[in-house]
Amino acid sequence: MRTAVAAGEARPLRMGGSVTRSLVVLGGGAVLLMALVIAAVGVGSADVSVGDTAAILAHRLLGLPLPQTWPATAETIIFDIRLPRVLTAMLVGGGLAMAGTVFQALLRNPLADPYVIGTAAGASFGAALGIAAPLVLPALAIGAGSSLLGLGVVQLLAFGGGLGTVLVVYAVARSAGRVQVITLLLTGYAVSSVLAAMVALLMFMSGRALGAIFGWLMGSLANASWPALAFATPLLLASFVLLLARWRRINLLLLGDAQAASLGTDVEREKLVLTLLATLATSAAVAVSGTIGFVGLVVPHLLRLLIGPDHRLLLPASLLAGAGLLVLADLGARLVPGGGIPVGVVTALIGAPFFLWLLRRSRLARVELSA
Amino acid sequence: MTTAVATPLASLRDVQFSYARHGREPLDVLRGVDLELQAGELVALLGANGSGKTTLLRLLSGALHAGAGAVMVAGRPVGEWPRLALAQRVAVLPQHMELPEGFRVAELVAMGRAPHARRLFGSTAEDELAVERALRDANAVDLADRYPHELSGGERQRVLVAMALAQEPQLLLLDEPTLHLDLAHQVSLLQRLRRLHAQRGLTVLAVLHDVNLAAAFAPRVVLLDGGRVAADGAPDDVLTPEALAQVFGVRMEAVTTESGARSLILSLD
Repeated sequence: MRTAVAAGEARPLRMGGSVTRSLVVLGGGAVLLMALVIAAVGVGSADVSVGDTAAILAHRLLGLPLPQTWPATAETIIFDIRLPRVLTAMLVGGGLAMAGTVFQALLRNPLADPYVIGTAAGASFGAALGIAAPLVLPALAIGAGSSLLGLGVVQLLAFGGGLGTVLVVYAVARSAGRVQVITLLLTGYAVSSVLAAMVALLMFMSGRALGAIFGWLMGSLANASWPALAFATPLLLASFVLLLARWRRINLLLLGDAQAASLGTDVEREKLVLTLLATLATSAAVAVSGTIGFVGLVVPHLLRLLIGPDHRLLLPASLLAGAGLLVLADLGARLVPGGGIPVGVVTALIGAPFFLWLLRRSRLARVELSA
Repeated sequence: MTTAVATPLASLRDVQFSYARHGREPLDVLRGVDLELQAGELVALLGANGSGKTTLLRLLSGALHAGAGAVMVAGRPVGEWPRLALAQRVAVLPQHMELPEGFRVAELVAMGRAPHARRLFGSTAEDELAVERALRDANAVDLADRYPHELSGGERQRVLVAMALAQEPQLLLLDEPTLHLDLAHQVSLLQRLRRLHAQRGLTVLAVLHDVNLAAAFAPRVVLLDGGRVAADGAPDDVLTPEALAQVFGVRMEAVTTESGARSLILSLD
């Protein structure tokens, strides 16, 4: 992959990755993603012809004044069920992969994923509470059906639980105005354990709601809806833009705290801001889909092997690749006979072995390179 | 040694610093250090382990804040400089630094431009010139397309020097730059720094361990002992067997080379 260059050879100095290459990578990725999204909308358990799919999308999205030649059910399937689901998959996958990229750089830990410092446990606890509480204490059921910003109580509690847990973890891990990475990881682990125990307790007591909590924990896009999308999209896009604008500082953090500081970075502030932005994206994703695993862990590693560690390219690329991967995984999950399975099962079943293969391959590649 | 009246580029006045220790008395490291660096000076800093050399550098780079006394850079207390503005003036070559895998050397050196960055995504022509010049000055041009794991210890050190030079500082702080280098690389690194000092007027403060290397490298040597400046001046005046015996607790003897051009310090223990 990398070729040795003769010493002292006169050649133009290549500073950053070339702009052309970045544009090719990102442009190619975007085109592939669009194709994948259109294909995923067209495929499903109910048969809608390619022509009808295209016509419905053109009519509803582009506003083309086409005569309605398709059955009304087809329009419901395409526009109210499949399209929001595919777009949610795109958004959640992209958000998780981007957050994973940031956490792996921030924590300088290859095992970091978007959930590592408590987001998943906090969101799970919030969701489990939202699902089980009305059953345990019927008085709470009055509020359960209501919605705010088009979101159910469960989704809001999941969002608040994820964000709130990370804030608590961060505050606990902070000492003398500094947050050490190892303390942050261990605090996240400890707080997550407590919350996981509480989720287990809720599941134990919940009886009828057990299946619903379990389904949420595995992660599923079956409840995707336009209002949920309208809630998560601005949060994810805002955190993406703000994270991308910090690409240089994320790169500098890879040099270690001391060196990043002597290059002018306010390291403690940067750690906090990056944690908040990545957690915001993660919590928004988790609120609409449950805790889908492996996308946020595997995609950043995969991309670092393919395009290198520069976050200027890595962040937008992880957004595209995570989006594409989850659309694909959800397509697989939907097409399983018998009504489909949760997408979290698919990402774990395919993601984990793939990750193992990747690990072996990259270790071999490293040996080859250094030999 | 300098009689110039101009404001020194950097100075420490009666600087004290202690590290807080959990449940114990704080550890005093600097106990009233006075030091002035004029612009364009080349100074070696020596002292036993734990004498406060690294702490002194960290105070000058703004990584630590003095408990008492004043640390000034370019006429302004270090704590009052905005971080980026300070990073445009002071560069540090630390004792230990991770070089993240996957970046080419040219990209790493370009990270040294971060304090000067003016574009959100791209780099300016000025950035590219500075990186090229830093690679040339650090003798690292042939390493530009290598990856960190492809570098030997000496090559790694050249890359770190290039990163610090890309920062285009007025003051370059080096913490044991010759650590892990063999004799040839030690000498060539210090010669290169001397040349940069001469050509570019770069002010250099380098922590060194080798007494003879320091004497050959720097016209001015500062000896730290127990958190204070024990001696400050020309190598022959500072690095005497008596002073070294006191600081390091090792018996020393000065030997003059046959040509008489240089005296060497040898340990007798």
